[in-house]
Formats: sequence, C-alpha cells, structure tokens
Amino acid sequence: MTELVRFNSIDWDSQPPYLYPPYASTVARSPSRPLVPMEQSLSELTGPVYGFDDLHPLDNDLTKNSAKDGEAIGERIIVTGRLLDDWGKPIPNALIEVWQANAAGRYMHKVDQHDAPLDRNFHGAGRVLTNKNGEYKFTSIRPGPYPWRNHHNAWRPSHIHFSVIGVNFMQRMVTQMYFPGDPLLPLDPIYNGITDEDARKRLISTFDHDTVSVPEWAIGYRFDIVVCGPRQTPFE
Amino acid sequence: MKQTASQTVGPYFRIGLIYGEPQNVLVNGETAGEHIMIKGLVLDAEGEPINDAMIEIWQPDARGIFNHPADPLHEQADPHFVGFGRAENRDAGKFFFKTIKPGTRDGAAPYINVRVFARGILIHAVTRIYFADEPANSNDDLLNSIDPARRATLMAQREESDEIPTYRFDIHMQGDNETVFFDP
Repeated sequence: MTELVRFNSIDWDSQPPYLYPPYASTVARSPSRPLVPMEQSLSELTGPVYGFDDLHPLDNDLTKNSAKDGEAIGERIIVTGRLLDDWGKPIPNALIEVWQANAAGRYMHKVDQHDAPLDRNFHGAGRVLTNKNGEYKFTSIRPGPYPWRNHHNAWRPSHIHFSVIGVNFMQRMVTQMYFPGDPLLPLDPIYNGITDEDARKRLISTFDHDTVSVPEWAIGYRFDIVVCGPRQTPFE
Repeated sequence: MKQTASQTVGPYFRIGLIYGEPQNVLVNGETAGEHIMIKGLVLDAEGEPINDAMIEIWQPDARGIFNHPADPLHEQADPHFVGFGRAENRDAGKFFFKTIKPGTRDGAAPYINVRVFARGILIHAVTRIYFADEPANSNDDLLNSIDPARRATLMAQREESDEIPTYRFDIHMQGDNETVFFDP
C-alpha cells in the first residue's frame, strides 16, 4: 500500500480546553480524562468531497436565500477570506457552512425565545465552496448581540458560526467569527475560553474598506481560517 | 501558520447544518453491504441526555473502501455510498444513523469515525464506533492500547430489533462511563 501522508495534529496551544468553568455548560459536558493519542489511519485522512453541484446559486447570499417578500433587514455585509493549511497553502473545494442570528440578535430557531423580532426574510444560513485559491465569499447582514443567561447580564458578541469540511476529517472544524471593536468580546466566556490571546484575536475579522466593501452597497470584512496540513512540507 | 481556534456549535446549529435530505441516512436501496441502524444517546456527567448535540460519522463502504481520492482504491468505491453522516439529537438526546456495517481490508476491525459537537463543547470530541460482535477487535492495535476497563465505551452493542440489525452506541461526555476520546 502507498505511504499515507499524515496530517498535523490539533495545535492545542491555539485551542480552547474542553473544561472552561466560566462557560457554565462546559462543566458537565467536558471530557475529564486525557485524550488518547492515536495514529492517523485512512479514516482520518479521507472525508466527504463536495462540488459546486451540491450548492444552490443563492447559498452564498443570506440576504436573499430565504427571502419571502423582501430582503433581510440590517446592515449589509460581505464576508470573505481564505481557507489555508498551517503551511499557508490554500485549500480549494472545501465546504464552508455559516449560520447566524438576525440583525436584532434572534435566531430562526424554536429554542431561541429572546424577546427580539424575527425577520421573515432572513433564515440566517448559507454555504459556500472555496475556489482554487482557497477563497470564499458570502453576503449577509451583521448579526446582533443576544442575551444567553450563562451569567448575570450575559450577552454574546455579534458572531457568525463557521463550519469547515476540508480535504479530510483531520481538517473538520467549527468556529465563530467576531467583529472588530466589539465591546462584548472581553466579557464573553466562549471567546475567552481560548486562553491564548493571539489565537483569540485571530477569530476577529478585519474591516476591509478598500477591497471588500462595495460603494453604495455593503461593508466588507475579512476572515481567514487555518486548519492542519500535511506533516511534510508541501513541494510546490 | 497557527491553526484557527475552535468554538462551540452552540444551540442553534440546526439552522446552518441540518438541511436537505436527512443526513443521518447514508444508504439507499442499492447500497451494498449489511444495512444497519446505529442509535444512542449523548449524555453529560450526570447521565442526563444532551438534547442539542450533533454527531458526525465518516466510514468506508462494505468493502472497506473510502469514497475519497486519498484511498488508492477509491475508484472502486460503492457509487451508492458516500460514507458521511450527520445527526442531531433533538428528542431527549437520541440520535440514529441508517448506514452499513463498514467493511475492512486485511481483516482489520471495522469501525466508524465519529465527531461530537454541542453547546458547551468548545472543540469537537473525536471517538470511534467499533462493533462488540466483531472477532477482529482483538487484533486492533488502537483498541489494545486502551485500558480494558474503558474499551467497552467504544463498542456498539447489537440489540434485538424487529427492523434492520440495530446497534446501540451511547456517548458519555464525562462521568464513570466516560467515552474514550482521541487526539489523532
């Protein structure tokens, strides 16, 4: 059998721990025993493969893809970035799924009973495949902050959930993108669960006035995502 | 470059991740192999069902071939089987998959690769489903490397069922029966 190219493991210095008591739900849901190290097999080095046929043309426009009788209400934004491995190599044909609250901070989900209006023209979900340069782009509205009862007067900072399915199951990851200058960030236990300050800051998108924002249309943000790459240096 | 930090999927992942055809049904009428049901619960430290978790699985086809170019045999993979599944636990923490018993090559123990996501889990947990009724389990290096007292947490148990063959696999995030989680 041909030699398997194994991938870099999770870099735990950049990751939140399972147990972070200020985020109360971690207390009973975090594994308490050390993770068992494991040799990667073909099962980790393969994974589902997606193509453009799997997507609908409006999947990357959350302001229109669930419109019933108008466009989504809120501050229109464009979010773009690159999916890279830890060698800086772009990852094409990766599926990025995003979901978020509406402009008022309410999710289109029956469990969310926050007293804020729903927007019938905004479901809050989108999908995009990275192009040959590892780039993705979608249009949405800026999500609002919302209360979440983790502690007294707890509010989540505005964020967009990202799910990434890269070239194999080693690259599977889920994260959240935040917005620059959000005063709720220093108070948020989910964000602060990442103990490394640089790793935390990498989850904050950057405002891009010159190349992403579109005059008379939308404010642009950039957010790159880095997942593990092959253990050997890629020769290219 | 440094890897991007993980964050929880939160309680509302269904909006973005559960859509289209049921993603917990991996088979159609033409999929080769033994069609099985895998069902279970995701439980917290107190044994309470977690009703906002998401389980993803990835597995090879009935002959042990992965439908992915990194598998040298992938061109021979079953065209009626992708091998990826996603289930949410909504009703009292229950999830199920309709899939096939994975095949293996070289007599290795069959298993399914698992990722667990939930509110309260800041970075996904990695585990595997093995099958308690497989003699090849005794040859599996990874299983053999695990404390025998904990090995059972990776075993799906065959259950009596009027329907297709059914295996039970509960995931204990914490507690006395804490599932073995891996760092691949």
